[in-house]
Order: sequence, then C-alpha cells, then structure tokens
Amino acid sequence: MSLQAPADKPQGWTFTYKTRRAVLQLAVLLVGSAVFLTPLGWMVLTSLKPTEQIFLFPPEFIPKPVEWDNYAEAWSQGEFWTYTQNSTLVAALNIAGNIFGSSLPAFAFARLRFTGRRVLFLIMLSTMMVPIWVTIVPTFLLFKFFGWNGTLLPLIVPGFFAVPFYTFLLRQYFLGISHELEDAARMDGANSLTIYFRIVMPLARPALATVAIFAFVYHWNDLITPLIYLTDEKLFTVALGLSRFRNSYRMEMSHMMAAATFALVPVLIIYFFTQRLFIQGIVLSGSKG
Amino acid sequence: MVHGHDALDYITLNTRTVKGGLGIARRENLEAYLFLLPWIIGFLVLTIGPILASLGLSFTDWQVGLGMNFIGLENFRLMVVEDDLFKKSLGVTFNYSLMALPAGIVVALAMALLLNQKVFGIGVFRTIYYLPAVTSGVAVAMLWAWIFNSEFGLLNWALDLINVKGPAWLLEPRWALPAFAVMSLWGAGGLMIIYLASLQAIPQNLYEAAQIDGANVARQFLHVTLPMLTPTILFNLVVGIIAVFQTFTNAYIMTAGGPNFATYFYVLHLYNNAFGYARMGYASALAWVLFVIVLVMTLAVLRTSQYWVFYSGEKE
Repeated sequence: MSLQAPADKPQGWTFTYKTRRAVLQLAVLLVGSAVFLTPLGWMVLTSLKPTEQIFLFPPEFIPKPVEWDNYAEAWSQGEFWTYTQNSTLVAALNIAGNIFGSSLPAFAFARLRFTGRRVLFLIMLSTMMVPIWVTIVPTFLLFKFFGWNGTLLPLIVPGFFAVPFYTFLLRQYFLGISHELEDAARMDGANSLTIYFRIVMPLARPALATVAIFAFVYHWNDLITPLIYLTDEKLFTVALGLSRFRNSYRMEMSHMMAAATFALVPVLIIYFFTQRLFIQGIVLSGSKG
Repeated sequence: MVHGHDALDYITLNTRTVKGGLGIARRENLEAYLFLLPWIIGFLVLTIGPILASLGLSFTDWQVGLGMNFIGLENFRLMVVEDDLFKKSLGVTFNYSLMALPAGIVVALAMALLLNQKVFGIGVFRTIYYLPAVTSGVAVAMLWAWIFNSEFGLLNWALDLINVKGPAWLLEPRWALPAFAVMSLWGAGGLMIIYLASLQAIPQNLYEAAQIDGANVARQFLHVTLPMLTPTILFNLVVGIIAVFQTFTNAYIMTAGGPNFATYFYVLHLYNNAFGYARMGYASALAWVLFVIVLVMTLAVLRTSQYWVFYSGEKE
C-alpha cells in the first residue's frame, strides 16, 4: 500500500508496470508461502511413511503406501490418551483462571478510581518483563513446602492469579467500553460487581476470547512447568510425554512425526478459526507477548 | 439574592454531599482492592516474594540434602572466576542474539512490507506467513531436529538442489547455533505482525509529501518508512534479547546444549544447577544475574519510550 507506484505515470507504461509488478509480487508471495508451509508438510508426510521410505536421499515425498497405522502405533507407545486428558484439564482450568484472575484486576485498573492506581499499574507493567526463570527456584521450594510437587496443582493454581500481560491487554479493552451503560446501571443502584458481570464482561467477549486462546496455546505447548514438577507418567502433559518420546532411541522417525503432528493439530485448528483474535491480541498489546 | 436560610441549606447540603462523596470514594477504594486481589496475591506470593527469596538464597551454598550456609558473595565469585560453563552459556546466548535478532528483523520487515501490499488474496498469505509463529514447543523442536538431519533432512536436500553440501547442522559445534537461528526465522511471522501494525499506522500524508518532493519508492522507504519504524525495531530488539535469554525448550529437545556446549543457553545452565544438581543457592544467584540483565534491558526500553509515546500520541 505504502510502497505502490505513484499514480501519475503515463497510461501505457503504468499498465505494464503494474501488471509486471503484480505478477512479481504474487510469485514472491507464493514462494514465501511454500517456504513457511514446507516444514509442516514434511512433518505430516514423514508421519505417513513406511520405515524403509524415510531414510532415503534424495527423499521421496509421497508416502507409498500411506501408513495410517503409524498414528495408532505412536498413540499406543506413549500413554497419549492420558497425556491428552491431562493437557486438556490443565489448559481448561488455566483458561478459566486466567480469564477471571486477570479480568478482575483489569476491571479495577480500567473502570474504578482508587488511591495508588497509577503506581500499582506501573508496578504491574514492570512485572510483565520478569522471566519465569527468575522466580522458578523459590516457587519450586514453596510448592514443595505445600506438598504439591508431583501433582498437577503447580500447573493449575498459579493460573488463578493475574497474568500481568493479560491484565494489561484486558485493561486496554475495558478502557474502550462506553461509560453510558455503566452510568445508567449505577443510577439504578448497581454495584461494581454487577457492572463487571453484567456489562463489562459480556461486552469484552472478543478480548476474553483472545486471552482464552493465548492461554490455551501457552499451556498446551509449555514444557518447562510440567518438566520441573511432574514425575509420575500418569500426570504427564502432551508436551512432556512428547519430550520423553524424543529421548527414547528405539522410537521411529515416522512415529515421532505422527506424535508431533498430533500435538500441533489442536493449536493449528484453533489458529485457523480464530486468527483475527490472535492478531487483535498482538495489536492491542502493542508488542509480542 | 441569597438569604441566610438558603445559604445555610446550601452549606449543610454541601457538607452532606462531601461526606457522602468521601464515603463513596472509600467504598470504591475497598471495592477496587477486592477486584485487585488476584493480582496482589499473585504479585506478592508468585513474583516479588520469590524474587526476594532468590536474592536471599543467592548468598547461600544451599544444596538440597546438604546443609545451608551463608557464604556472602561467594556464588558470584564462583560464577566469574571458576564456572567456565557460566561464561560459556552467557557467550552462547549473546552470540545467538547477534545472529538471530538482526536476521529476524530484516526478514520480518521484508515480510511485513510484502504483506502490506494490496494484492489479491493477501489475507490468505498473511495467515500462512504468521502460522509458524503460533506453533512452538516440543513438537516443533522435534520437527526441526528432523529437518536438520545431516543425511536425510529436508534442509540439506534443498541445499543439494543448488549444489551446496549442507553441514551436519546439529552435530557440528560450528553449525548448531546457526541452525537455531535458521529455525527462528521460520517463526518470524510473530515479529512481522508487529511491523505490519506499525507500517499501517504511518500517516499517509508523509508519503504524499515525499512524492511531491519527487522521492522514489526506495527514497520513501529510507526517509519515511524506516525512520518511522525505528522505535518498533528498537523495541523488538530489546524484547528479543530478553526472549533469547529464556531459550530453553528448543535447546533442551534438539541438542541438550551440545555438541560440546555449542548450544548451551543460559537457562539450560540455570536448569541444570537447580534441578539437575539441586544447587538451589547457586541457581538462585544465576537467576539474579538473569534478572539484572533483563532489568537493564527493560530500562533501555523505557529510555527509548520517549519516541514511543510520541508516536502513539501522533496516531490518535
């Protein structure tokens, strides 16, 4: 848009220039798309190949015959059904926890007046940059003291306290919600909790959906927390189960790629259906999370 | 025409509202703090508490199962003087930043310029280019380990097409870190989106003015687009360095820090000390060094935010 040719060129020239330019752009875009999609395509193709077809150079791209059994075998080699249940439970509870834990403070920061609002908001912003690694040792010891280590609790309970990034994101959205409805409701004697539940939260559904998606992707993919806290395979998440897959040398490449495909599919499906929300979240925050 | 009576009424009425106002303010304060509770508890118990606790632990030699003694700054002395792996991991992390961040900025910016055109189907292209950025974690690391396979991998096949003999990537100390950088470019869509948003926020009249002055496309890019994007570039650079300092999963899965510590990122060292050797005191000291690095970076962002704030003001 910004770099398009100036419009005041001679007529005939503009036509050929524009056409050539458009063709070139399309070609570059297509090549780029191929580059970005190929790794995922390679993963899926590998996952469907019979063993003898994998270690070939140059590679044969089309599986012959297509081995759907690879998925069943990969599935049965780890306790993938258990991993999936655990990941789903952890992700679901974190989505709920993140939404409430982050939207309540966001509501206060955006819609209520109180002493220390500016200072507290600045403190919250500054904690957005604190890496998990800075707090990981004392947090581990704290959860150990509670007797939580080796259970799913360290993966779930922290989700119910505000995530600064989501709080910031929701606060930005809440600021934009009109005050008219709120004023009218206050006239009728509604308190803040009612305003929060009946007016602000329903109107903020797109932003809440963004938080839910980010939370799902984060917890579905997260390796560090499960790796540190879980020891019993019955409690492993998909990411942790997959990492153990990787370390067992007996594992066949086709099975590993089948398992990797399985782990990525939920995220990809969600992305395809909700890309607008992904991008809105990034634009709303003004920076990558 | 204010009568004494009216005036008195006015005063009592006024004090009543003032009193009522104070009451409302106090009530709103209480309400607000109740709403803030999830953040306040999280901040005290899961953020500031642990940060201070790890500061305390960093002055001890605590190893789980062995005793705990106060040893002052000994951990930091060990780090600088004796722990070669600390220096190695710091070096790997900075080296990787120097490779991956500039490359990422150039690629992401090029992608953003490309995707900022009005071409048929641009929405589909944006979806595709951004797609790898939403994937991450163990599955992606496993996939790339396979792509980097020296004999049967996709990358060396592609290089073979142009008659280049690819290296053994993850098995060669010299090529392992560049391999990580190549992999990170695949996810450049995340940065691309931020540049795209900044590009679209550049006022069109700047381009119109440049055109009137006879600037061609290249000059418009150099004198309008690039200067307007510098705050975004700077911001991304600093956030990028902070992110690099947290690189864990890819290194843990693909190389476990090898070969010969060529991909031994900083947090891998922290992880090994804390959860491999249970040296909680030393790991806390490492965590604090990480914290200080991140803090310095963040302050750098705040310094540059003068430009930043100016821009968002311009947009409104």
